Amino acid sequence: MMTGFWTSMRRDLVLANRHKSEWLTALFFFVMVTNLLPLGVGPEVSLLRKIAPGVLWIGALLSTLLGLQRLFSSDHGDGTLEQMALSPVPLAWLVAGKMVTHWLVCGLPVVLMAPLLGIQFDLPTRSLGILVLSLLLGTPILSAVGALGAALTLGLRGGGALLSLLILPLYIPALIFGAGAVEADLAGISPQGHLSLLGALLVLSVFFSPWVTSLALRIALE
Amino acid sequence: MLAVAQLTCQRGARTLFSGLSFTLPERQWIQIQGANGAGKTTLLRVLAGLVQPQEGTLTWQGQAVQECRAEWQRALLYLGHHAALKEELTPLENLRFGLGLEAMPADEAVLMNALHRFGLQEREHLPVRYLSAGQRRRVLLARLLIRPAQVWILDEPYTALDVHATQFLSAVIEDHLEQGGSAILTSHQTLGLRPGMSIAL
Repeated sequence: MMTGFWTSMRRDLVLANRHKSEWLTALFFFVMVTNLLPLGVGPEVSLLRKIAPGVLWIGALLSTLLGLQRLFSSDHGDGTLEQMALSPVPLAWLVAGKMVTHWLVCGLPVVLMAPLLGIQFDLPTRSLGILVLSLLLGTPILSAVGALGAALTLGLRGGGALLSLLILPLYIPALIFGAGAVEADLAGISPQGHLSLLGALLVLSVFFSPWVTSLALRIALE
Repeated sequence: MLAVAQLTCQRGARTLFSGLSFTLPERQWIQIQGANGAGKTTLLRVLAGLVQPQEGTLTWQGQAVQECRAEWQRALLYLGHHAALKEELTPLENLRFGLGLEAMPADEAVLMNALHRFGLQEREHLPVRYLSAGQRRRVLLARLLIRPAQVWILDEPYTALDVHATQFLSAVIEDHLEQGGSAILTSHQTLGLRPGMSIAL
């Protein structure tokens, strides 16, 4: 079981390494989106600090969305998904391996880049720490929930646009509590409540998503 | 032994086949014949467990497949008409990851030997992207030599193969039958195999 999980994860990492442009695009998209907003609203420090948590979080949502469209579609297109479904290893474990890789490739770079971008919004050091913590808890939720959406829209024409419509509303709780944690800290309130709820969402989505996603994939294969 | 009873499969409003029954004992093979679109691939996918039939039962070694799914999946090797290869990976990596996803041990020497026997010398470390259709097919077929299975379900295995590779594939299947295995295949070509059963859809 674990062999299957590790293989599925390693295989996607090797593929991501040979397709660097794909995840670099997602990362630069994040950088661009968060850079464009200050240019649009003007250089007023108090305003920038106020919108920073929301902007950074929305940038993270949108950039993880980019990698999702190809999460299962290339495996579906070349028949690898059929072989995965026929494996004696439960499909949910193989799916979990792919989700972890998606997070490592699309989520983790965003988490690491966020404090750097936070500085240009004049976020204080403490809030930068909370921002990283909230993204660290939140981006795996985006990968887990997003994988389910990718599985449900697999094989549909125009699946990419549909995926965004389907998934973005499901991202709302993570956005509220993630950005909320940083905003609370900026306002001088303890962000612990927000972070705890984000942690609860993380446990819930990481636990159930691989299983539900594998069911959706089996339907897509029929 | 694989036994199929009263299998019915519909796609949309169209019935592809109904009341299909047969048994596949060891050392036997079945050729599935039919015009394009007759449902050959769907039948193979039903047998592999990728598609649920509307009616009918599949039994493997006397047990319903639903009850012994893991054993059936271990006993089965299904090669679809997709190449099931990653273009960015080399043939060797493709085989290694393929076995890993099934949690089976992958010995480098065994994989190399399988690729060589299918005539892919000096192609082991070349990304699949640079291989021809026939060569990709051979990489996929090399799985036959490295993944132990009792029942082979092969969808158009002879597609894109040259004369030499066709003969070699027939020899590999013959070997498999000799060792007590069984096979189900769809093919339009005449095969240099021992006489087998035939099902027309």
